[in-house]
Amino acid sequence: MILFKIENLVKYFGGLAAVNGVSFSVNRGEIFGLIGPNGSGKTTIFNLISNFHKPSGGKIIFKDKDITNLKTNKICRLGIGRTFQVVKPLGRLTVLDNVIASAFLRVHNKTEATKVALETLEFCNLIHRKDDLAKSLPIGERKRLEITRSMATNPDLLLLDETAAGLNPGELDEAIELIKKIRDRGVTIIIVEHIMKVIMTISDRIHAINFGQTIAEGTPEEVANDPAVIEAYLGEEYAHGK
Amino acid sequence: MKKYTPYILLFVLIIFPLVVRNSYYQHLMILVLIWVVIGSGWNIIPGYTGQVSFGDAAFFGTGAYTAGLFASKLGMSAWWGMAFGGFAAMAIAFPFGWICFRLRGAYFALASLALNEVCRHVATVWESLTNGMVGILVMPTFVSKIPYYYVALSLAVFSIIFIQSVMKSRWGYYFLSIREDQDAAESLGIDTHYYKMISLNIAAFLTGITGSLFMNYMGFIDPEVVFSLHDISIMAILVGIVGGVGTIYGPVVGAFVMVAVHEFFRTGFLGFFKTLASVTGSDFVNTVAKYVSQAHVLGFGILVVLVILYLPNGIVGDWDKIIGIFTRFKRKGESS
Amino acid sequence: MDVFLQTLVAGILKGGLYSLIGIGMSLIMGVMGIINLAHGQLMMVAMYITFALHHFLGIDPYISLFIAMPALFLLGALIQKYTLNPLLEVESILPENQVLMTVGIGMVLTEIARFIFSSDYKSVKTSYSNATFFIGEISFSIALVIAFFIAVGFTLLMFWFLLKTDIGRSIRATAQDKDAALLMGVNSKRITTITFGLGSALVAAAGTLLIPIYYLFPDIGGPFTRKAFVITILGGLGSTVGAIFGGVTLGLAESFGATYIGMAYDDMIGLIIFILVLLFLPGGFKRLTKV
Repeated sequence: MILFKIENLVKYFGGLAAVNGVSFSVNRGEIFGLIGPNGSGKTTIFNLISNFHKPSGGKIIFKDKDITNLKTNKICRLGIGRTFQVVKPLGRLTVLDNVIASAFLRVHNKTEATKVALETLEFCNLIHRKDDLAKSLPIGERKRLEITRSMATNPDLLLLDETAAGLNPGELDEAIELIKKIRDRGVTIIIVEHIMKVIMTISDRIHAINFGQTIAEGTPEEVANDPAVIEAYLGEEYAHGK
Repeated sequence: MKKYTPYILLFVLIIFPLVVRNSYYQHLMILVLIWVVIGSGWNIIPGYTGQVSFGDAAFFGTGAYTAGLFASKLGMSAWWGMAFGGFAAMAIAFPFGWICFRLRGAYFALASLALNEVCRHVATVWESLTNGMVGILVMPTFVSKIPYYYVALSLAVFSIIFIQSVMKSRWGYYFLSIREDQDAAESLGIDTHYYKMISLNIAAFLTGITGSLFMNYMGFIDPEVVFSLHDISIMAILVGIVGGVGTIYGPVVGAFVMVAVHEFFRTGFLGFFKTLASVTGSDFVNTVAKYVSQAHVLGFGILVVLVILYLPNGIVGDWDKIIGIFTRFKRKGESS
Repeated sequence: MDVFLQTLVAGILKGGLYSLIGIGMSLIMGVMGIINLAHGQLMMVAMYITFALHHFLGIDPYISLFIAMPALFLLGALIQKYTLNPLLEVESILPENQVLMTVGIGMVLTEIARFIFSSDYKSVKTSYSNATFFIGEISFSIALVIAFFIAVGFTLLMFWFLLKTDIGRSIRATAQDKDAALLMGVNSKRITTITFGLGSALVAAAGTLLIPIYYLFPDIGGPFTRKAFVITILGGLGSTVGAIFGGVTLGLAESFGATYIGMAYDDMIGLIIFILVLLFLPGGFKRLTKV
């Protein structure tokens, strides 16, 4: 059952096409990986979905509803949460207040919001940091705070933008654990990731792009063995040589 | 101890006019209370929502003129302004915010500055309504200052309690989120434009009511007084930053300090220069004395520079730092 | 028709000076990303320097350019170095604290001028202050024409400086991407200091050139700061080329406004343009050329 799809999405910056006719659809309950070399347009796609940039063309459909030109906050309200590659913590608030602020989206009084926030912090294993200022967290926990905050808005679809980048191996395993836990809660996930270990182990399906265009889509093995993908990542010789 | 400070302060403020009968000091305290409200209102926009406003005088003046017009045009009591002045100010804030909150940061600051100027020009030029530069004169209702004092005190207490409860609610959390990171806030489902509007309108409402009170209390307004960039908008900023932006009690402390500083200059350092002049009989000192009594703007300017450089979070926000400096001095004194 | 042409000429000549004011502001805006709300006040300081030099030493305003400009360069550099640069390291909840700082500095400059020179109107009367020449039916104020050409000269010099010298290139690099410039070894503190100095020197030139045909009082800074940001916003913030268009547009608008609407609305016209630009053209003229 399709929860979310983009159709022929296009974005020009000046004369340059950052995203050029990408289409994919995501089933309810799956972890959908989005990969591509640096500058291939992954983050741009996220920014188009959450409407930080206006698409130059194409359609974005969520729960059978066209959300292409809705405001960023409306999109979140409809149930699409996101994290940022460059984390954006509410620095001078405590971790708990960060999460309370997002929990207020679904509940309207403070007691309820605090309850939701505490639960979510517990779920994401960040509860021991609740009274620290967000800006004092190390990068690994800041990334986890991003996820926690999005989860507190109770999303149906979660967009994770490089949440594993910059983590040490221990943190990496924890992050993979957390993403699986989130999926088990019934949240559909689209994940952009550079670290192949992460994306290959947790994704159900992967969509690969390069230069803003689709080059492959399929299960992790299919994509990993696709010549176009290997070429994009390792250069032409590796794809045809051997 | 810290917990009870507000109650002790409130108690002192309540009995103040009963103990201090000198109407000059009562006058100063009324000004302080008026600035507590204006400063607290201003604080909501930059301190909590992160958007600098130079346009407080627009709301203050609108409130004041609302009260004045009730008296001069409708022949009613100027006290009606207290009921409508806040809404009149919101009527200015609403379209302004609607348009200008699309702008970020310094752009918005400039737009608010322009709003201030436009309002002053309009009040000056629209003579049939406002009497232009002639201003509006209203007969004061009370001879004693005490009734005004208690009205101002109630307003100040009301606004602090109101702002405190707003900041504990969803609105408060949303304001702070916007201040910390507008993009993050938007991605968490917060309609940043809408909540910036709310914060601006709360500020406008409180400032507008205060304007009406000012009209009633002073009995006279003209565009240069109530739409003044330096004496209202910049003063509001100073009350906020001297006391401490983004804190509930910052504007309270700021109001005391700024009214004191203003008075300090106005009286020529509490009569110091006048005494000096009469003792020395020097013309030069006399000129200096005359200048100093009008130099509060210079004092304000220097204060802006010093506070932003050395007390960027104001007296309340940097309290620990201030204490730290003093204890360091002490320790130095002890060790030497 | 003559009235129209006369107004046009006056507007363009005034626009030349306004461009000079706007370029200074744009440079600062572009490199520091802040709006310098003490810009007009710096101009006022330059005007008083020129006035004092003429009043006490009998120095011609055009000669004073060579004194007022370096003096203001120094003043601007000092302001940047000791009041604005330190703020980069100050952690504060207060947003836009650099902009507020310039407001404070503007107030201090104005009041110091009032302390020294009192609030009275001053003017510098030179032999050419009221001199005019005619082309056809249209009169040209000699002082304004000289001012216009010197302003154009400075503008060209500025562009040469920005395009051809190392410091100029560093300034442009910093304006485009501060972090990248930093990585490329640009000393950003030094660049901001120089930029603020240059911006101040340019506005000093404008002030000095205005002196023979204008009057002077301490509060003159405020209106010119407002003009400066209207010009900058018209031109698209931070664009030096845009500032020229902005300056000429404001000059023309004021000139036509004064002729066809009324002198009293001089200041209002700037504000109205400002609001219209914010409403309908948020990126200024730069936006029109780029999108």
